[in-house]
Amino acid sequence: MTVRIIPRLEIKGPNLVKGIRFEGLRVLGKPEAFARHYYEAGADELIYVDAVASLYGRNSLLDIVERTAAETFVPLTVGGGLRSLDDIREVLRAGADKVAINTAAVQTPELIRDASRKFGSSTIVANIEFIHHGDGKYEAYTDFGRESTGLDAYEWALRVAELGAGEILLNSIDRDGTGNGFDLELTRKIAEAVPIPVIAGGGAGSVEHASQVVREGGADAVSVASLFHYNLIKTLPQDDEAFDGEGNTEFLRKGGGNTRLADCSISELKAHLSAEAIAVREAA
Amino acid sequence: MNGSAPLVAVVDYGLGNLYSIARACEHVGLEAKITGEASDLQSADAVLLPGVGAFADAMAALKERNLVAALKETAFAGKPMVGICLGLQLMMSESREFGAHEGLGLIEGTVERLPEDEPDALHDQGRMLKVPQVGWRPVSQPSAGRWIETPLADTKPGTFQYFVHSYYVKPHDSSVVAAVSSFGDTEFCAAVKKDNIFACQFHPERSGPDGLAIYSNIARWLSEGGFTQ
Repeated sequence: MTVRIIPRLEIKGPNLVKGIRFEGLRVLGKPEAFARHYYEAGADELIYVDAVASLYGRNSLLDIVERTAAETFVPLTVGGGLRSLDDIREVLRAGADKVAINTAAVQTPELIRDASRKFGSSTIVANIEFIHHGDGKYEAYTDFGRESTGLDAYEWALRVAELGAGEILLNSIDRDGTGNGFDLELTRKIAEAVPIPVIAGGGAGSVEHASQVVREGGADAVSVASLFHYNLIKTLPQDDEAFDGEGNTEFLRKGGGNTRLADCSISELKAHLSAEAIAVREAA
Repeated sequence: MNGSAPLVAVVDYGLGNLYSIARACEHVGLEAKITGEASDLQSADAVLLPGVGAFADAMAALKERNLVAALKETAFAGKPMVGICLGLQLMMSESREFGAHEGLGLIEGTVERLPEDEPDALHDQGRMLKVPQVGWRPVSQPSAGRWIETPLADTKPGTFQYFVHSYYVKPHDSSVVAAVSSFGDTEFCAAVKKDNIFACQFHPERSGPDGLAIYSNIARWLSEGGFTQ
């Protein structure tokens, strides 16, 4: 199986945002524009995560999903604030292929089981966002990193797999946006224990981190945000169309960069993986 | 969209990525109508049965909407039919997903579960083989069966397509197999072409330009009068 490279786009209102450890969200542009670019550049899938769970709010996530699905023809996973079978159905109807569920699953684990029976297990991605407290202790968090759950992330992963989730999307909150590399220990532990694919996310700071999490972490897919966003942003025109004035746009207005990361394009990342003898779908 | 574009009825039974499919149709110049009405199936130039979900629920939903007979009639009338993923599986005579269930029976054969790896087996470049199989797999020409006489014709064998599935179809008649792919050591049927039916296990509408090429061929065939070539 080829390793999937999946840009992760976090959305707040009308804008694509990115923070560090889920905080200090900077506006980077319009999610549709980034998604279209990543599609053309050979992304194997796309992930949208709504940071403020605004499914039915103003600038509805559904509108963004619909516009994206009209222009991109690779699988789109959408998460953030989906609470019921009806919510899931709405997002699928808008053009999503899969949904990522975190908070609602922690509150009502049966939602995973019911949703996978209803929509097919392959449509249901369990999104596990976790913090490493040290000494191999990993805790799952909900509400975009704001609420602790007391759940051990590894135990929770086993549970969601049993309940019928089709994939697990891992995201390290303490590594998110830092460029410090993926959490290899928990990724490996979960990837070896569950019979379903594991997508590693949170911490990519260089192409080497991606090959490392495949080789040492056993990841089936790699989700990448800052690494790609801060590369793409250098080449996108920053005109009036580029972003909506809402949110923290200071960074864009100042034309800043991100020196924490050895940023790269999708094809650069895939070329690195190929050179490391990790099979990938050739970028278009 | 002008009035002469072939009309594809995308069957809505309450489940599925209908919008992606409709967008792919429109992208290649087809008119797509998402519908759960049997009468729309009759008036369309082609019928597309999409596929996300569980087999038994999907059959129950088709029955509930009185679509089973309409789909069978469509097939027997020789109208072009396309199945995607679960849509392909529903066309078979029987499935064993969560128990044994009868399918539409348009293609003789069964739906089987992908073989699961032993927990300690490391078959896939050091990683376990996982079910569902999720991701891009090369699609190849079968040893028996056909490829050229299907909408795959302009696709290079070995092209990557996107799969999301835990089950695969096993037609009794190997000559209807249009394409194969693999899961570990298991070769499985990735597409079927039988008379007026073309159906695939992968998602061409999610497989980038190489998937859209298949939709383009479907569009061309429809404007040239159908599938029975």
